[in-house]
Amino acid sequence: MTCALSLEAITCRFPGRGGVAHVAVQDATVTVADGEFVSLVGPTGCGKSTLLNAAAGLRRPDAGRVTVFGQDLQGRNPHAGYLFQGESLLPWRSARENVMFGLQLRGTDMREAAGKAEAWLRRVGLAGHGDKYPHELSGGMRKRVALAQTLVVDPRILLMDEPFSALDVQTRSLMENELLALWQQDRKSVLFVTHDLEEAIALSDRVVVLGAGPASRPVGEFGIDLPRPRDVSEVRLTPRFLDLHRSIWETLRSEVMKAHATEVHG
Amino acid sequence: MSRAWLALAQFGLLVAFFAAWYVLTKTEVLPPFFFGEPLVVLDRVREWFVTGSIYPHLGITLLETLLAFAIGTLAGLGFGLWLGLSEFAARLLDPYIKGFNAMPRVILAPIFAVWFGLGVLSKVLLGVTLVFFIVFFSVFHGVREVNPVVLDNARMLGASRRQLLRHVYLPSATAWVFASLHSAVGMAFVGAVIGEYLGSAKGVGYLILQAEGVFDINSVFAGVLVLTVFALLLDKLVTVAERRLLRWRPGGAGALQS
Ligand SMILES: Nc1ncnc2c1ncn2[C@@H]1O[C@H](COP(=O)(O)OP(=O)(O)OP(=O)(O)O)[C@@H](O)[C@H]1O
Ligand SMILES: [Mg+2]
Repeated sequence: MTCALSLEAITCRFPGRGGVAHVAVQDATVTVADGEFVSLVGPTGCGKSTLLNAAAGLRRPDAGRVTVFGQDLQGRNPHAGYLFQGESLLPWRSARENVMFGLQLRGTDMREAAGKAEAWLRRVGLAGHGDKYPHELSGGMRKRVALAQTLVVDPRILLMDEPFSALDVQTRSLMENELLALWQQDRKSVLFVTHDLEEAIALSDRVVVLGAGPASRPVGEFGIDLPRPRDVSEVRLTPRFLDLHRSIWETLRSEVMKAHATEVHG
Repeated sequence: MSRAWLALAQFGLLVAFFAAWYVLTKTEVLPPFFFGEPLVVLDRVREWFVTGSIYPHLGITLLETLLAFAIGTLAGLGFGLWLGLSEFAARLLDPYIKGFNAMPRVILAPIFAVWFGLGVLSKVLLGVTLVFFIVFFSVFHGVREVNPVVLDNARMLGASRRQLLRHVYLPSATAWVFASLHSAVGMAFVGAVIGEYLGSAKGVGYLILQAEGVFDINSVFAGVLVLTVFALLLDKLVTVAERRLLRWRPGGAGALQS
């Protein structure tokens, strides 16, 4: 199987205090096959966003290799759409103009771009909100606009950084189902970061557990053989889901404890 | 308090000021020779506009002000963006910019008069030196405050360097420009009037200078009054443009304005 995205032996350092570099991730290898949905879970601060930035080409790893569809990544990853952890919409553009942005950058005809944007706003349940500016939308609505903004340019790889963690429980499972439905249509390759293990299992084909930082790397990989299509809230109640959850949690818990210990004791 | 009440109260304050001025000078608590008489001042303004004698002067002053304002703003915006984006240029020019900004630039007026003559040009340039730095610093800091996530997002959506400038830095800087434009309007007037005051044959500053020469304090105040009214009008125009262009701002337009 071809790899859509492969991070091989990635090391990322940040300049730390007193000239001592902080090694966020070391020798981390993560791959996403074409059409595969992979989740990356791990304790907070273990380097999930850092790895995603390396995959996006926004941050050059200090060592290791990033390849995209078999080719070495130079600069920004042209095949990837990125849904950021923080607020990423352009505040001076209305929801519709935000969704149109990527098409506009590619020189798409404005009328066509507006049509596509409108269709995407409808798909994420925001028909009729196109003229609102980001500050006039709720946090959940902004995340939907960001999702539409990322998907309208039809990237082959989707990088998502805790996209739903700021949402309330209902909106969240709604969005998770929407995401799965969209993904089911054209099977993009997805690297999905979350610290919520249940979310990871419910969505993914494979869950990668990242160890506690510093110098973290994957400590376990678990194939998720739950049948598709799935409904995220129903699948959580199946015995197989609980089995998977138990065995992955076993690995994850010790990492979370380690992370907690370093945070508390130095 | 409703807007109408606020406007009424503001107008009341103005009337109270003129009334106090009137009473104090009428009773000669303040000598009218030095402090003028409000009724005469207002009459002088009326006379200027009725006879039309003020128009050539006012026209010149407004022309100088608007040119200084426009050129200074555009230059400040351009340089602010450039230095905000170029780490090297910013470091290189840093001491010079600080120096120019710290320099009391009104001192340049007579020098500009020698270099560029007594016409419009020297006044415009003086105004530009004043306006430029206000806008420049505002944009320069604004560029560095651009949300890095928004920038990364635009990059991932495929924005080239030029597209980043046009679609991210420029709109983001616009907010900062407007925050500075209100002070810039006043400075453009200062440049024009000081320039006229120090050497010219036309303009409201020149009119004030003439009146001072013959101790006609009422005309001096009339000139100041006319300038103030026009500065307020220009400021109003800035506010209107701001409302239109910064509709997207959470706090509404003018949220940055102190
Ligand atoms: N710009 C930076 N400068 C210095 N250190 C950084 C920087 N960005 C991240 N780090 C450090 O690198 C480590 C990994 O950060 P990262 O943001 O990748 O974590 P994360 O797994 O995404 O955490 P979270 O789940 O809280 O989002 C952290 O210890 C953090 O302190
Ligand atoms: Mg993160």
